[in-house]
Amino acid sequence: SAKQMSSQGGAKDLARVGETIFKSVDRFNYELFIMTYGAMVAQLLRDHEDVQEVNTRLEKMGHNIGLRLIEEFLARSNLNRCQEFKDTAEVIAKVGFKMFLGVAAGVTNWDQKKEEYSLILDENPLNDFVELPEGCQHLWFSNILCGVIRGCLEMLQWRVECKFVKDVLKGDETSEIRVKLIEIIPEEIPVGED
Amino acid sequence: VQMPVDSPCLFVIVGKNDNLIYQSQLSAQKKESATHFSQFIVHSSLDVVDDLVWKTNTMYLKAVDRFSNSNISAFVTAGYIKFLILHEKKDEDGIKNFFNEVYELYLKILQNPFYQLNSPITSSVFDEKVKSIAKKKLDL
Repeated sequence: SAKQMSSQGGAKDLARVGETIFKSVDRFNYELFIMTYGAMVAQLLRDHEDVQEVNTRLEKMGHNIGLRLIEEFLARSNLNRCQEFKDTAEVIAKVGFKMFLGVAAGVTNWDQKKEEYSLILDENPLNDFVELPEGCQHLWFSNILCGVIRGCLEMLQWRVECKFVKDVLKGDETSEIRVKLIEIIPEEIPVGED
Repeated sequence: VQMPVDSPCLFVIVGKNDNLIYQSQLSAQKKESATHFSQFIVHSSLDVVDDLVWKTNTMYLKAVDRFSNSNISAFVTAGYIKFLILHEKKDEDGIKNFFNEVYELYLKILQNPFYQLNSPITSSVFDEKVKSIAKKKLDL
């Protein structure tokens, strides 16, 4: 039905969009990026004894990035803002992930109300060469990604909760991020207007 | 009936402070004492390696020392980490290939942001792969 079809086009079309932009973007040395991220996580672990604290910090960093990344994303991708929350899934997975990480994600595990979904990462470049050290079983190494997603969606008036539920670094088969809509953020009416 | 004694083949990785980073008995050596003895021989060859390093600009130093029937071959990385192998059978090509492949593995370990330079390598994946390379490349 017309309502089912996203105004952005289906997953395949979005995948093509993601691919095109990914190829056209100037990219600096990929290895340097991966090593920088790894170095940052390793440093955070040395600075904070509590692994949960590191998870929180990574998420906050990501959130900060996401708030600003969304503008660039919309400009580069030339996509319209999603009308409905459920449309965000494939856009994030096929265009967002592809553009910025080089690998598209899959979307699955929808809840009934279409307010919650999973992003499946079969490949995560941030993980290359990483082996979690002893005592870090509760670390979500790529937690920055959850923050980025949350920040981006927040700018589009969707407050979400975004968290890893599976990670290959922990021995799971794939990595999985769960995105859950908490509420639609009401637009703030500027002071002075009724 | 006497069981044939497999020729000992000890591989070690030594760090900048002559500290042991990794070791593996690559042959099917059963006697613990043999391993200790091999370690001693390898360790005593470190001085020779230190001298030879400055005489060449390749990483593979070939045979650097001898002790009765055993040869010690060395490979020193750009970061001055030493790979040493104690072996009886002469197998220059095999050992050279072995060193090169283990070097690639070592580079991957270095890329792990949680691995501290010059510290012991505890990864079981690394250990398995070293043993597998040894089986393929070395005449054991």
